[in-house]
Amino acid sequence: MTTLSVNGNTVTVKSEPDTPLLWVLRDELKLTGTKYGCGVAQCGACTVHLDGLPRRSCVAPVGQLEGGEVTTIEGLSNKQIKALQEAWAALDVPQCGYCQSGQLMTAAALLAEIPRPTDADIDAAMAGNICRCATYVRIRAAIHLAADTMEG
Amino acid sequence: MRFVNHLSDALNGPVSRRTFVRGLGGLGAGLVICVKLGVAGDAQHSGAAAVMRSDNAAETIDATGFIRIGNDDTVTVMIKHLEMGQGPYTGLCTLVAEELDADWAQMRAQAAPSNAALYKNFAFGLQGTGGSTAMANSYVQMRKAGATARAMLVAAAAQSWGVPESGITVARGVIGHEASGRQARFAEMADQAARMTPPRDVKLKDASKFKLIGTKVAKLDTQAKSDGSAIYTIDVDPPEMLTVVIAHPPRFGAKAAKVDDSAARKVRGVTDVKVIPHGVAVYADGFWAAKKARDALTIEWDDSGAEMRSTDQLITEYRKQSQQPGRKAAERGDVEGALGRATKMLQAEYIFPYLAHAPMEPLDCAIEAKNGACEAWFGSQLQTVDHKTIAKVMGLAEEKVTINTLFAGGSFGRRAQPAGDLAGEAAAALKALGRDAAIKLVWTREDDMRGGRYRPFTLHRMKAALDKGGNIISWDHVVVSQSIVKGSPFEAMIKDGIDPTMVEGADDLPYKIRNLRVTAHAMDVDVPVLWWRSVGHTHTAFATETFLDELLVGARKDPLHGRLALLKDQPRYTGVLQAVGRAARWNGSKSGKDRARGVAVHKSFDTYVAQIAEVSRGPDGLPKVEKVWCAVDCGVAVNPEIIRAQMEGGIGFGLGAILFDEITLDRGRVAQSNFNDYRMLRIHEMPKVEVVIVQSAEKPTGVGEPGVPPIGPAVANAWRALTGKAVRHLPFTVQSKSAQPKARTV
Repeated sequence: MTTLSVNGNTVTVKSEPDTPLLWVLRDELKLTGTKYGCGVAQCGACTVHLDGLPRRSCVAPVGQLEGGEVTTIEGLSNKQIKALQEAWAALDVPQCGYCQSGQLMTAAALLAEIPRPTDADIDAAMAGNICRCATYVRIRAAIHLAADTMEG
Repeated sequence: MRFVNHLSDALNGPVSRRTFVRGLGGLGAGLVICVKLGVAGDAQHSGAAAVMRSDNAAETIDATGFIRIGNDDTVTVMIKHLEMGQGPYTGLCTLVAEELDADWAQMRAQAAPSNAALYKNFAFGLQGTGGSTAMANSYVQMRKAGATARAMLVAAAAQSWGVPESGITVARGVIGHEASGRQARFAEMADQAARMTPPRDVKLKDASKFKLIGTKVAKLDTQAKSDGSAIYTIDVDPPEMLTVVIAHPPRFGAKAAKVDDSAARKVRGVTDVKVIPHGVAVYADGFWAAKKARDALTIEWDDSGAEMRSTDQLITEYRKQSQQPGRKAAERGDVEGALGRATKMLQAEYIFPYLAHAPMEPLDCAIEAKNGACEAWFGSQLQTVDHKTIAKVMGLAEEKVTINTLFAGGSFGRRAQPAGDLAGEAAAALKALGRDAAIKLVWTREDDMRGGRYRPFTLHRMKAALDKGGNIISWDHVVVSQSIVKGSPFEAMIKDGIDPTMVEGADDLPYKIRNLRVTAHAMDVDVPVLWWRSVGHTHTAFATETFLDELLVGARKDPLHGRLALLKDQPRYTGVLQAVGRAARWNGSKSGKDRARGVAVHKSFDTYVAQIAEVSRGPDGLPKVEKVWCAVDCGVAVNPEIIRAQMEGGIGFGLGAILFDEITLDRGRVAQSNFNDYRMLRIHEMPKVEVVIVQSAEKPTGVGEPGVPPIGPAVANAWRALTGKAVRHLPFTVQSKSAQPKARTV
């Protein structure tokens, strides 16, 4: 039994301690916005925030997260994610959409750290998130747009 | 834990079934106009219509129509094509909204149920999505649906207000009568409209009157795909559902001979282990327990019927076969005779690896057996095939089977399985339980990477001759590949022994070359293959456009102008070439000291695309693609933003494959497993992209695939201009691994 905070709520989970956080979120807590893509921290589709930082939930055994604060795409509501979601809509970023929760979670963490990222900052932060539809041109433009609107 | 309960209720409560199928937006309860089109004869153009009405739209999924108007004034369009990112939800709604004169804000999309009689793709004769056909196929049908619904709303308003129809206008979702000042929303007239006799034939708008077609409209699925609420197969979670993970044989064609499941059964949460024809299925409460138990199985595989060859052996066998001409796919003039007049010849061999589709969502399928019926929820791409497969495996009549099509987290062809493999496997796993149950079959990434259904491994042998003036006087092209459709319901595509997916893009070479021969050999390999975004064009475009480029440059001709000179009677090819040349300000291949440019043009699925790639040397010895200019002619541009996005995505998809990707076999076993050894293009490797849409009044054609074929040859041509090295064995990373056969210039 592990107790942690998920989107501001204290949760005691029944899953075995070796269960990756991803599957606790999806199968036990029914928070399905966080996606499975590779299971080996290669694609970023499972990105959540753990104690405010982006974390690949597919390789984070829940037993090691006692007392941790987890935020998922369903629970994140800061100004970064709002600006990003507006930019995602303005530029119609998603295609299949499957990776976009992870893209947004990583991008929100980037903007929290660097409010006005350069292209190189975006490359460095986002290179761990694969988009098989290759929406990268729009992801980049939308991050810049979100940075603009947050500043404005 | 209110958030948990809320979501849990939504997914597990008594309305769970409907939650899954709803997909997008709320359907307003209320009255419905269902316009039934395509009842007989020339269905696509039939104006015959019947009207259905329902007093409770929220509770009824009416299978007979395309359009429903709710009492909240939403207009819901039933979409017969799978939404996998290529945009049919938005695209087909645009067509309906245009003719209906609806307001874009009231439009909703919903996946049509599985029903081939109503929702067949006219290109296939069954319900399914592929070949970039959605827009071409639906352009007239969905406009007629919208126009018919509009006519019935107008008739209802005329009757209700006691005015002639001629005085009634419809604009942005409002029906109006100027003389009397009356106005009504669609919902107010829907009930009465449903009782009107639909017009036998409706007139469609002239293109000059389009208000939505050709403009940017907000995509209908963007919001749900930006806040985590979009429901994919992996998110389906009916009550008491078990997750199934299957141990598949490590070699294609192998069978489980001996299974020790004692360790697997000890994993907490595991309920069952069953041997099924596809492998060994583990059933558990949740994915993690199922996967852990699957990995704890000890299985002895019987390889007696398995494919045991390695990639090197296939290369040797394909190469040997390529020395002989194969079955004729195209022939004109006298290829051999022209050789006598040659002053220069070029021969080359091209090798293309097996490629995995690797969509972000690995294969999955949720399916439930209950009271002698079966219901499935998944990103089904060939619903009719999947439907029949499930019925057959479950031993049920087809009317006892329901398929709810969900968003697919990518596909690129992966889910369009001509033998219904995925649906059949899920049904077999369900059937093996021998009781009413709900299961969700989930493939791991490794299962997906090693599970076959690849773009076929292919070898091309090409020979061309030039005369004194540097003109191409002979073109001899041999393709050695594997048939995709052989033994499938699509086998009728094979003509004169040629599977067109092997030679498309090669047998219709547009260049004016008097003596030309294209032949093909279909090899038998027990590696399952499949259409992979742009299918045969993935290799034919690369072979033809790099080979031609070498010939042009060898004859001291400009790659762009040399192509134009050979395309004088091909206005749509020249249109995109000239447009891309203007956009890139083409001035030859050289671009400064450290960069070079390459051009390629290719038609696939009746859409014409030309691209210019500018490359530099990357730090890893591979090309760094700095920028790509792309010109596309897809007829009427219905949704320009979707067209641009599909070109961008197609470029990124194709680029990753030619640079990094190959599935190789080591004595029958797939050597790759996950994204660590089957590399995806990442954001820092994505070039800048500039897309030009060529204005056209031709009927619209697809854009999902045609952006892919030109990028490989455009990059390879640029790389050759930069380095002098011709790349003929893909991916590019192979070049550094082994010396490749050289082209001989005689």
